Formats: sequence, structure tokens, C-alpha cells
Amino acid sequence: MTDDLERRLRTGSVPDLDVAGLQDALRRRAGEERLIDVAYATADSPLGPLTVMVTPRGLVRLSYAGEPLDEQMAEVAERISPRIFAAPERTDEVRRQLDDYFAGRRPSFAVPIDWRLVRGFAASVLRATARIPFGSVSSYRSIAADAGSPNAYRAAGNALGSNPIPIVVPCHRVLHSGGGLGGYTGGLERKRYLLQLEGVLPTLKG
Amino acid sequence: MPRRVSPSVHLPPFEQLVDVHARELHRFLIGLVGPAEAEDCLQETFMSALRAYRRLRHGDNLRAWLYTIAQRKATDAARRRARRPTRGLDGLDPAEAPVARPDDGLWAVVRELPPKQRAAVVHRFVLDLAYGEIGARMGISEEAARQNVSAGLRRLRTTVTR
Repeated sequence: MTDDLERRLRTGSVPDLDVAGLQDALRRRAGEERLIDVAYATADSPLGPLTVMVTPRGLVRLSYAGEPLDEQMAEVAERISPRIFAAPERTDEVRRQLDDYFAGRRPSFAVPIDWRLVRGFAASVLRATARIPFGSVSSYRSIAADAGSPNAYRAAGNALGSNPIPIVVPCHRVLHSGGGLGGYTGGLERKRYLLQLEGVLPTLKG
Repeated sequence: MPRRVSPSVHLPPFEQLVDVHARELHRFLIGLVGPAEAEDCLQETFMSALRAYRRLRHGDNLRAWLYTIAQRKATDAARRRARRPTRGLDGLDPAEAPVARPDDGLWAVVRELPPKQRAAVVHRFVLDLAYGEIGARMGISEEAARQNVSAGLRRLRTTVTR
């Protein structure tokens, strides 16, 4: 028998929960108890908003708008830790250096990198890429050689295409040996912009 | 990219876990401890979950896991409440005596039910679960779940007259 009592239990006046307030309180306590394994925030850039993720070891992920955030989070949750929080203050240093880079005040980044999202040959390729200086370029073939397998230039291309930390690990500095731009995670327009910013490609006026 | 070889655990990012389950758990806790204490219990539930979250071996039934933690937090809160003196030494109510809130009525009565009846009633009406599922969650038989719900309702009817 459904009576008034049952109805009141089902629909009984429940104060509305402030979920955002709860998230804030949990984030604050997680910080105090050192339970934040991955912190993320958005940074503005001339190439659109960037998502920055850091761990206590360093910068682990940087992405352009257009890469679905929930997929990135799921990958980071699985491969590093699901204790991921929006904690902008922990990404301040990375965001400041990105601002300086885009403003032409900083040729190289001085942030520790957390390499846990890359493994095997891809890790060797990206570490070799990280050593290409501002304003220089390399080729897929010579990056493959630097990573220890001169013939694996296709695999090197794949590794660069799935670079989890573009801009800071400068995969935009790797071009085809013939002079073609090759590919880019964020699209060729962005690659062209970065190469112009670094003075490798001429800036077109007008 | 190299694929991960170990079996994946598929735990959602923690903030997502909170977004998905907070409102329902809050309602569950209101049923168990009343509106005044539900938010504290909820925060403690999620903090316990967060501390254990990295070591969790699989994400198969996160909902049931969260309810188990919430139930434990509700029991802790009830114990704290029981220890709290209801009258000060001079015979006056102590300052921290809970103040009745306008929406407290029904839940205050639910809170006074014996623990098993209270949990069964909350599972049945607040969470809208079938008796089999209630039994599974409480670790009792389906029949025992049904009996606890009807005993709880009977007792509630004697107090809630409107």
C-alpha cells in the first residue's frame, strides 16, 4: 500500500546539495593531505586554450583544444592515477613559462617532465626531440637515428604524432627530410605558427 | 603508442566520481543521519574514498563501494551523537545540542529507527531499490530486508501521524 508516509519518504524535502562547494572542499582537503596526484588547468595561448596537467614529478600532459578532455583524463587516470583535480595554482609555473615562450621571451622551457605517458621507442624518440634547440629543426629520419633505430622513421613519426606534451617537447621542430612540414598533433596551422615564432619559417606579412 | 599490458582498472577521475554519485549519496545519508549531519558525512565518505582510491584494484562496482563507506560514516556519526551529553551538568541543555530545522521532521524520526530498519527503509524509499538488492547491500536475505522495511514503516507510522 502506498500511503502518505511512503510518498514523503520518496520525495521528502531534501536540502539541495551544493556539488561545486563539495568539490571545492574535497580539493582543498586533498591538497592538504597530499592526495592530488595530477593537477590540471587551462592556459590561454595564441594557439587557443591549452590544457596543462602536472604531477609532483613534472609536466605530464599538454593539449590543444579539440582533443577531448574526458579521453585524456581517462588515459591519465588509468596510466598514472585517477586522483586528478582542477588545481590551477599547481600549474602556475608551466603556464608562466608558456606565456613567456609565446611572447618571445623564452627560447627553452625549464620545467621537469614526467615521462610516464610514453614508453619504449616512443620515449626515446621524444627524449631526443626534447633536445632539439629553439630555432633548429630535425628530420624524422635523424630523430629515429638519435633514438637508436635509423630505419624506424615511420615509428618515429607515430611517436611524434602521439606526443603527450607538444610545444614543450618540441615535435613541431621535426620536418620531412625533403623540406615538407610533415604532420602535427594540433594541425599544420599550429606547426607553421610555432616555426614562424621560432624564426624557422618566414612570417608572412599582410 | 605502446599498449598497457597489465589489466586496466578503469577508475574514473575522482572529480567525476563525485559529480556522478554525490547527490544520491547525500540523499542516502539524509535518510541515515538527518540533514544536519549529512553533508559532513558525505565529505568524510569521499575523503575516505579518495585515500583508498589509488589502491582500488577494479572499478566494477564503485557505487556499492561508496555506499558501504557512507554507511560506515553514518554509523560513526551515530556513535558520536550517542556519546554527546544531552544535558549539561547544571541541568541546562549544552550549547551544541542539535537545533531542529524546519525540514528535519521526517528525517529526525527516521534517524531514531533501529539501525537495520533505518537502513532498509532508506534503501527502499530513498534509493528505490528492490528487496533483493537491499538484502545484497546489507548482507542479509531478501526476506529479512522485506521484514526490516515493514517493521520500520510500522514504527514510523506510530510516530508520524500526519
